[in-house]
Order: sequence, then C-alpha cells, then structure tokens
Amino acid sequence: MMPLPRFALARPGSLEEAARLLSDAGAEGRVLAGGTDLLVNLKHGLAAPRLLVSIDRLPELRGVSVDDAGALVVGAAERLADIAAQVLVRARAPAIAGAAGLAAHPQARNMGTLGGNVCLDVRCRYVNRTPLWRGSLGGCLKAEGDVCHVVPGGKNCMAALSGDTVAPLVALDAKAHLVSASAERWVSIEALRGKDGRTPVALQPGELVRAVRIPAAPPNRRSAYLKWAVRHAVDFPLVAVALVVDAGADGAIESLRVVASVLGPKPRVVAGLDRFRGERITPQLASAVAEQVTRQCVPLPNVLYDPQHRRRRLGVMVRRQLDAWVG
Amino acid sequence: MSEGSDAQPISLTVNGEPVTVLATPSETLLEVLRYRLGLTGSKQGCDKGDCGACTVLVDGRPVLGCLTLATLCDGAEVRTVEGLSTAAGLHRVQAAFVRHGAAQCGFCTPGMLMSAVRFLETREQARAPTREEVAAALSGNLCRCTGYAKILDAVIDAAAELGTRSVPGSNDAEGAR
Ligand SMILES: Cc1cc2nc3c(=O)[nH]c(=O)nc-3n(C[C@H](O)[C@H](O)[C@H](O)COP(=O)(O)OP(=O)(O)OC[C@H]3O[C@@H](n4cnc5c(N)ncnc54)[C@H](O)[C@@H]3O)c2cc1C
Ligand code: SF4
Ligand code: FES
Ligand code: FES
Repeated sequence: MMPLPRFALARPGSLEEAARLLSDAGAEGRVLAGGTDLLVNLKHGLAAPRLLVSIDRLPELRGVSVDDAGALVVGAAERLADIAAQVLVRARAPAIAGAAGLAAHPQARNMGTLGGNVCLDVRCRYVNRTPLWRGSLGGCLKAEGDVCHVVPGGKNCMAALSGDTVAPLVALDAKAHLVSASAERWVSIEALRGKDGRTPVALQPGELVRAVRIPAAPPNRRSAYLKWAVRHAVDFPLVAVALVVDAGADGAIESLRVVASVLGPKPRVVAGLDRFRGERITPQLASAVAEQVTRQCVPLPNVLYDPQHRRRRLGVMVRRQLDAWVG
Repeated sequence: MSEGSDAQPISLTVNGEPVTVLATPSETLLEVLRYRLGLTGSKQGCDKGDCGACTVLVDGRPVLGCLTLATLCDGAEVRTVEGLSTAAGLHRVQAAFVRHGAAQCGFCTPGMLMSAVRFLETREQARAPTREEVAAALSGNLCRCTGYAKILDAVIDAAAELGTRSVPGSNDAEGAR
C-alpha cells in the first residue's frame, strides 16, 4: 500500500475561483488535473502540498475549437483519450493526437489531461522511487540530497522530459495560455519547460495553464511523433522525437523542424536544419538529417536503458520517418 | 487510511446502488471501495498506476482506482467487478474467462474484466473485434501469470457471443449480458 499524505482538496467551479485559491496558497498549493503523475509523486514523498486545487469542474479549461486565425485551441483539462480521438485534433494536428494516444495506457489516458502532460514533472531512475530507495543513495539534487547520480559533479538536475505531447507541441510552435488571479500571458511550450529539473515548469506561483494553442498548418505539412519504449503501452518514452516538414507545391522543403525529448529536462530543438531548405525529401536527405539529429542529441543515463542505444534509436526513427515521406 | 476530522460524506452509485460513505481528501476511490465499503474485488496491486489491477468504471470509463481521489467521485456512477454477475449467473465475460482458463492467480482478473466490459459495451458491434483491438483495450492491465493468450481468447469469444445475441449496435449494459 502506498497511502497519500494528508492534504486539503478544493474543487472550484470557476477559473477565477481556482486562480484565487492558488494565489492564496502560494508555494503550498498545487493544481490537480488527472492526478496520474502528481498523486504518484505524492505517494513517493516527492512533494507535500497543503492544498490541491482540482480543475475538473472548470468549464474554461474544457473544449477543442478553432479560433479566427485558424489555430487549434485545446483546453488544458481535456483528457488524453479524448484528444487522441477528437476529429478536429486528428485533422489539424495529427502528431498531437498521435502523441496523446501513445502516452501511458487506456486508463491513464481516460484520466490524464493535456495540461498535466505539458506540465509533467521530469523523470529520473534515481528519483521516481520510494523515499526508502532514494534514501539508500542519500538522495540527490532533486530530492533530499545535494549530488546528482546522473551527471556526477553536475549543478543542475538533468532528469528527463517525459510528457509525450511536449516535443510535437514545440515542433508545431504551440503556446500555452497562462492565467493567474492578477494576470494572463501566452508562453511558448518551449519556454514553459525549464532547463533545471528542480524547476521543470516555468509557471509563476498561482499560475495555471488554461489552454494550448497550435497555429494553423500550411497546406503541405507533414508531421509525426515517434516514441520508443520497451513496451507499447504503460511505459514512459525512453527517447522520442517530433518531425514537422512544410513543403512547397513542388515538394521542396520550406521548413524542417525536429524536436527530441527524454534527453534532459528541456525539449531539444535540433539546430541548423535550414540548410535543407529548397531540397526534396530523398533517402540521402533522410540520412543526413538523422546524422545531424544524432550528433546534437545525447541521451543521459537518467532513465532506464543504455544511452548509446537510445541515441541510435533516435537516429533510426528520424531516418525511417523521412524515408516514408520520400517523394 | 487515516480517520481524520477531515472525512466528509460523499454520495456514489456503486453497481447500481446509491451509497453515502465517508472519505478524507487523501483517500483514493480504491481505498474507499475496499476498506470502507468492503468491496475487495478491485485489487491494490502496485497502488501507483502501473498495473491496472484496481481498474473500475467511473461514469462508464475505465480508470485507476488507486490514483482517483474518492472525494472527486462525489455524484459519480461506479462499477466494480462485484457488479458484473447477477442472480442469473456470471457476466458473459466472466463465463468466457472460466471457459478459457484465463485466470491463474486471479489478481489481475477484476481489472481485466472491467476493461473488457467497457470494450465490449462501446465497440462497433457489427463485426468481430480483432486480436489487436482487444489487446489495445487491455493494454493497461498487466498479468504476471497467463501470458495473455487465454485472456485475449476469452474476450474475443465473449464478443462473438455478444454479437449473436445482442441487438446490433446496442451499447446497453443490461442488454449486453
Ligand atoms: C503507469 C503510467 C504510465 C505513464 N506513461 C506516460 C507516458 O508514456 N507518457 C506520458 O506523457 N505520460 C505518462 N504518464 C503520466 C501521465 O499519465 C500523463 O503525462 C498525463 O497527461 C498527466 O496529466 P494529469 O492530468 O494526470 O496530470 P496531474 O498528475 O494532475 O499533474 C501533473 C503536473 O502538472 C500540473 N498541472 C496539471 N494541470 C495543470 C494546469 N492546467 N495548469 C498548471 N499546472 C498543471 C500539476 O500540478 C502537476 O505538477 C504515465 C502515468 C502512469 C501512471
Ligand atoms: S538527474 Fe540527478 S539530480 Fe536529477 S533526479 Fe536524476 S539523480 Fe537526481
Ligand atoms: S493498483 Fe492501481 S494501477 Fe496498480
Ligand atoms: S492471473 Fe495472475 S496476474 Fe493475471
């Protein structure tokens, strides 16, 4: 048995009330969405908030729609199972529908939300454990200790970004709508993710994610999200990558974005892909892009499985996906 | 489970019966079902989302009882393995599990059955499900004993039986028995 610690639970009926509760609670409050990650972390003693604010009754965080500019807007409390099945999402952002459908397992997708996925805590083989297990190593920077077992001598926590929707959202240039009791702002998903695993999400105290906005896709867009894990269900990704290619009518590449995850805490936007602009997708190009991705992306021994193997997998996934798009 | 002063009554419909029960904010639905209501069919396996032994249907959807706060189920309709059989006998999926020897230690069985029931009640009735579809529907339920083959056989068999006896397209739980 893994009992939860004691906390108070609030179930506000409006966004305004939720924001006020969170602002009053400050660092002692936490947003509870599906709870599929937060409650596990509480059972593992990784946090002990005084107040959980449930967002399951906030109409402002629900719904999938298309705004005036043709962008897809998905409420943060929408469940992964619904996002995976939603016709609008499947048509306008297939990589997001795909990523949502690959996360966890059916029961967790019936519970887990997009907001929770975007704000998911980073994961590490040394921290997602019971306190007893962690204590046997004296803890680490992220919990109870002052060293890192993944990068000895490191000053930052380098635990792995593991939310499946994050890489494709970054590749599609998505933004999050953040709301607090006193303000609101839009932040790119890329900027929302912190580079130190101790502060994995750049939310201000009292802020919550209301929705995620994915800009309209140009006509000749191809996108994909590829995830590698040992099992096809249940497992968090061991390495993952999103690809987005926009081409002209003649098939020449106008923009190519590749974003890898499960490296460190941040998504890695592969740099220097501009040099492929104007080219068509060929097997040679597929290999060249895969090589560039592999050179820049270095998995760490933060999750289970050999980092070298994960790095090679990443290259293979990129090459095979581009190969499938040849022509 | 701590019997603190923060326990509040919540109202649930459990397997068709309305019940009012106390729950603290930190109590999971699984704990309330097992330890306050005595419904120990749903199993506490890993207690952290990995195994699916605690799977129950809340408002029709399979969820993990071990990661669902009971208080947030106030007003919800909950179905557990205890609600599957009737005076007339076992639910078709249960009967198929027995026929196929789809349970060994039985620890995963209640969760498997709930995922299977949901699958059978919501799938397209016009054709038989593929093995892959059944496997996907049960992919959040781990079994350490059977190797899954007999479980898949049982659910496919139950679907075939349902297909011949229920009104085509019917998703009605009672009609699907
Ligand atoms: C067995 C198992 C396997 C899993 N496998 C995967 C997997 O393969 N891939 C994957 O991506 N995930 C996986 N998960 C994790 C999880 O199910 C999903 O990531 C899910 O999307 C998390 O959403 P949630 O609503 O449950 O978040 P919660 O657990 O409720 O919250 C997660 C975090 O986000 C914060 N938060 C939630 N919503 C908001 C909001 N609107 N505004 C601000 N902060 C917010 C919470 O405070 C918390 O810090 C797995 C979980 C389990 C139990
Ligand atoms: S990366 Fe280092 S500091 Fe972060 S959780 Fe793992 S061991 Fe701890
Ligand atoms: S007991 Fe709930 S998933 Fe294992
Ligand atoms: S029968 Fe033993 S775990 Fe499935």
